[in-house]
Amino acid sequence: MGPAGEPIEAVFREERGRLLALLAARFGDLDLAEEVTAEALLAAVETWPRSGVPREPLAWLATTARRKAIDRIRRDATLATKLATLHADADPARRAEPVPEHEHIPDDRLQLMFACCHPALDLDTQTGLTLRYLAGLSTAEIAQAFLVPPATMAQRLTRGKRKIQQSRIPFRVPGPDELEGRLGLVLHVVYLIFTEGYAATGHHDLVRCDLVDEAIRLARILHRLMPGEPRVTGLLALMLLTDARRPARVDGHGIAVSLEDQDRGLWDTSMIDEGARLTTHALRHHPPNSWSVQAAIAAVHDEAPSAQETDWRQVRLLYDELFALTPTPVVALNRAIAISWHEGPQAGLDHLEALAGEPGLTRQHHWHAARGHTLARLGRHTAAAKAYRRASELAQTPAEIAYLSSRAEKNTTPG
Amino acid sequence: MLITFNGGFPVICSFLVSMARFSNRLLGVSDHRTKGRASVKYMLLIMGFREGEGMPKPPSSGAPSAEEFMAYQQELGQAGVLVDSGLLHSFEDATQVQVNDAGERLVTNGPFAESREYLGGYQIIDVPDLDAALDWAARCPGAKYGRVEVRPLAEF
Repeated sequence: MGPAGEPIEAVFREERGRLLALLAARFGDLDLAEEVTAEALLAAVETWPRSGVPREPLAWLATTARRKAIDRIRRDATLATKLATLHADADPARRAEPVPEHEHIPDDRLQLMFACCHPALDLDTQTGLTLRYLAGLSTAEIAQAFLVPPATMAQRLTRGKRKIQQSRIPFRVPGPDELEGRLGLVLHVVYLIFTEGYAATGHHDLVRCDLVDEAIRLARILHRLMPGEPRVTGLLALMLLTDARRPARVDGHGIAVSLEDQDRGLWDTSMIDEGARLTTHALRHHPPNSWSVQAAIAAVHDEAPSAQETDWRQVRLLYDELFALTPTPVVALNRAIAISWHEGPQAGLDHLEALAGEPGLTRQHHWHAARGHTLARLGRHTAAAKAYRRASELAQTPAEIAYLSSRAEKNTTPG
Repeated sequence: MLITFNGGFPVICSFLVSMARFSNRLLGVSDHRTKGRASVKYMLLIMGFREGEGMPKPPSSGAPSAEEFMAYQQELGQAGVLVDSGLLHSFEDATQVQVNDAGERLVTNGPFAESREYLGGYQIIDVPDLDAALDWAARCPGAKYGRVEVRPLAEF
């Protein structure tokens, strides 16, 4: 990695995250880790152009940062108590050793991810810390992405860091008895980052689109570090198969395009191939998990040449399976839509109407939009227009509002 | 606000005060035991819920038995993590003290009327990290009948 002559900046993005994780795990202090990581990178910028990029850039950076951390602890009396955890590194003889050329640098980002997504932190803080320390976004970027003032985000991150340090939230991958639940939290945070970015694609807001890329990047890191974990594989597959449709989701006028009307020629085939391959891997594990099943549904859609030629029977069966795993109203809604294509619009409508008592659904536009669509297919245009109009009132993004309003309009026009 | 006495929890708490002190001495637990080791002290605050309209509901109804508390206390001691513990008499025996700007003392009888919960007792444990503290908190009988608040002790 990093042959001489490669721009120093190119090395840094990946290395920065790994360095930070390594130092945080070692010192249990994100502030300290952040400061000495920045110092080590600065030292590299100053030194490498003269001396050339070292053969093991990460080992060089890790050693430099560790030394800087120890110097800092020695200077700072309030950090002195931490020396207890640093027996080996505090040894002056060891500090004088030359930088090892082939030191194995562990990838501690998984540990850092479990610390940032610890249940002792609230979800907003978990998300913020993950974006700051694993994705490497600036506080201002995260604030912009989540539409909160920068000062609010800065305060949230500071409190989170302080809690990690003072409560001593461990930088550790939980043991087998706890892993199930704790990994669930990590995956939830990564998927939340993805959906936050994905829902906003219509804004043509580059920062928010970045969230989609960041989520996929985080899932790739997780997948590399936990290659045999089917939930991680499933989540990565799901995000790739969903994001593959990004170029077709919004038309030239910024209006959302529904799945059945999208120009499938615009879909990213390499992402679909990779996603489908990962889905197959994930589904080899029994019992299936909800991420893998969702990925399988996305794969069936992505591999169909058109909406009409979609294997709706397969989609419906997968939704049955997903509903058995996670019986939520949102899954029930999607299952009803699948039924409307598999068995016909009347059966779909019956299932949709059965969900009318779910306030979580009726307060959002998706249920009303699905009803409008099914009613239109049944030729009940007045009722369809009414449902679409209600959906457009509840929709959040301009692209969706424009799409739903046009549907309402279309069903109002006689003939 | 309606305040009713919550079962036997405070009674058992008061019964166990002497038990806890005794077992600490018996097991040779002291505050200095872990000096120089990379660990943190956490206080586990055992909170009980006051009964009545609009009050929080505990995960299980009823009250922990004295045996449950004693077994837990013993486990903490045997694991070598117990620094100190104490269990309190009923919150109904509480007395409030406030001092105003003029330096006048205001003493009132009973628990603070606004509070929905009361402190039933505490344990101070010395463990490597929050996950270890949470594991101990989850095993505390108080977690079933109320909640256990885990707080790291500040070091000065």
